[in-house]
Amino acid sequence: MTDSASTPTALIRARGLTKVFGERTAVAGIDFEVRDGEFFGFLGPNGAGKTTTMRMIAGVSPRTSGTLEIFGQDPDLQGSVIRGLIGVVHQQETLDMELTVRENLLVFGRFFGIDRASIATRADELLELFQLSDRAKDQVEPLSGGMKRRLSIARSLIASPRILMLDEPTTGLDPQARHLLWDALQRLKRGGTTIVLTTHYMDEAEQLCDRLVVMDQAKIVAEGSPRQLIVEHASREVLELRFPNGTESIDAKVLEGIGDRYERLAERVIIGCENGEAAHARALEHGLSPESWLVRRSSLEDVFLRLTGRSLDE
Amino acid sequence: MIASLAPRAFSVFERNVFVYRRQWLIIVTGFFEPLFFLLGIGYGVGGVIGTIPYGGVEVPYAAFVAPALLASAAMNGAIFDSTFNIFYKLKYGKVYDAILSTPVGVGDLAVGELLWSNLRGVIYATAFLAVMLAFGLVASPLALLAPLAVIFIGFSFGAAGFAITTHMRSWKDFDFLFIILTPLFLFSATFYPVEIYPGALRWIVELSPLTRGTHLVRSLCFGDLNLFMLVDIAYLSAISFIGYRHAVRRLGVLLLK
Repeated sequence: MTDSASTPTALIRARGLTKVFGERTAVAGIDFEVRDGEFFGFLGPNGAGKTTTMRMIAGVSPRTSGTLEIFGQDPDLQGSVIRGLIGVVHQQETLDMELTVRENLLVFGRFFGIDRASIATRADELLELFQLSDRAKDQVEPLSGGMKRRLSIARSLIASPRILMLDEPTTGLDPQARHLLWDALQRLKRGGTTIVLTTHYMDEAEQLCDRLVVMDQAKIVAEGSPRQLIVEHASREVLELRFPNGTESIDAKVLEGIGDRYERLAERVIIGCENGEAAHARALEHGLSPESWLVRRSSLEDVFLRLTGRSLDE
Repeated sequence: MIASLAPRAFSVFERNVFVYRRQWLIIVTGFFEPLFFLLGIGYGVGGVIGTIPYGGVEVPYAAFVAPALLASAAMNGAIFDSTFNIFYKLKYGKVYDAILSTPVGVGDLAVGELLWSNLRGVIYATAFLAVMLAFGLVASPLALLAPLAVIFIGFSFGAAGFAITTHMRSWKDFDFLFIILTPLFLFSATFYPVEIYPGALRWIVELSPLTRGTHLVRSLCFGDLNLFMLVDIAYLSAISFIGYRHAVRRLGVLLLK
């Protein structure tokens, strides 16, 4: 057994991790590992169990069964120690509205037991890094959504955590704020921080994650790098055909003949294939007359569709 | 254990110091209420009735009422902080969700908040003691221990208030708080000796935590050391402990799902 020497150390390790709320199973026996220095994602629709998993890792939600180790320790027993080594950014804003921007950082540092002088230095560095220095003395409430999110991330970094956990970090942000945030996260990763994020955005997972698991209905349905997942669970290209009058009447045999695989949605047929243009030509030969069509590269969206039979927005 | 718990609890306390550095005026308001009662009841009503028997001698009515006002000032300081402010942080501010993502645990959180609500009680008590001294209402140097004695009052009402607050669903539920607090203030041997109550009623009043707190402070202010003060301390400590334990358990249920 020399695997620990050859592969990077797993900082987080879950086996059969399960969480049950009354009648509802939020997480149903999942296995995963997050390795040192990687950008790891939980991708899936709302209610798939991503947030619950994050809460269990952060030691604020005792698990129902299974094992979970963070830095080799059990979060249900060593929660305080583990929380001291990770930074958490919640999905909902949890900034302290009774404090100023800078005070949010100062107070937070004290929760980690850092001395005041070090926190003050670190706070100013983080404000600079997240372009919030000119708002340092302002109240939090009037900040824009993007600024609040940057402040939340800055705050989570006050104790220089080894793992940063972000729950849906860009939900509700405009595209510009989103890209700014992505850049900031990639800088952090280059600096050696291990990052775990949840998202229901395919492009986000594809842009940021080294490795990810796809969750659906409390289970992990696929695992790998974005590239691997696309190769394994989707074709190289995708042909989308639009039928505004519905797709029920189209013969399944016809669709099977066009590409490697297909998904029939209410008004669209999505065809996985090697060559989209050629598949389009075949569709016309088979007598289909879509209102419009497009060819694109496969994305994680297609993987999700393939794995669950549902689009992420549904 | 205590050594590792204390700094984290203190960091929660510090958070409130930051908040109130800008809002100190709100704290000052709590100082005026007992002063108005002292003027209106202590001197107003006191001017009519003159003296009242206490410990076998006749004492000025204002001097009799003042220690009770000091005790209830501490009660108000602690309970308003541990109810309204904690409810806001728990329900709307999401402040606790953020705090619990750090090494701070629910126990640290509760201790830190109780230390803070207690500080308010101690500030009011100290300020009011200064008023009593200025008005010549202090009969014994032991009165200087009153701001320490109110720590027992602050912890018991702070912890009880915190425990009750964890069951509150909306601001409307706070109406119930006043139904409890107003009679507690009026009937807990504040304005007249507890011996006035007939039979069983007296023993019910004796069980009021404010009656115990008032007894403790009044005994000090008149330099009347007695063994019942130990009963006061034990009783208030028991309420503090039970309230704290319940608050911590409820925080776990509410926030660590």
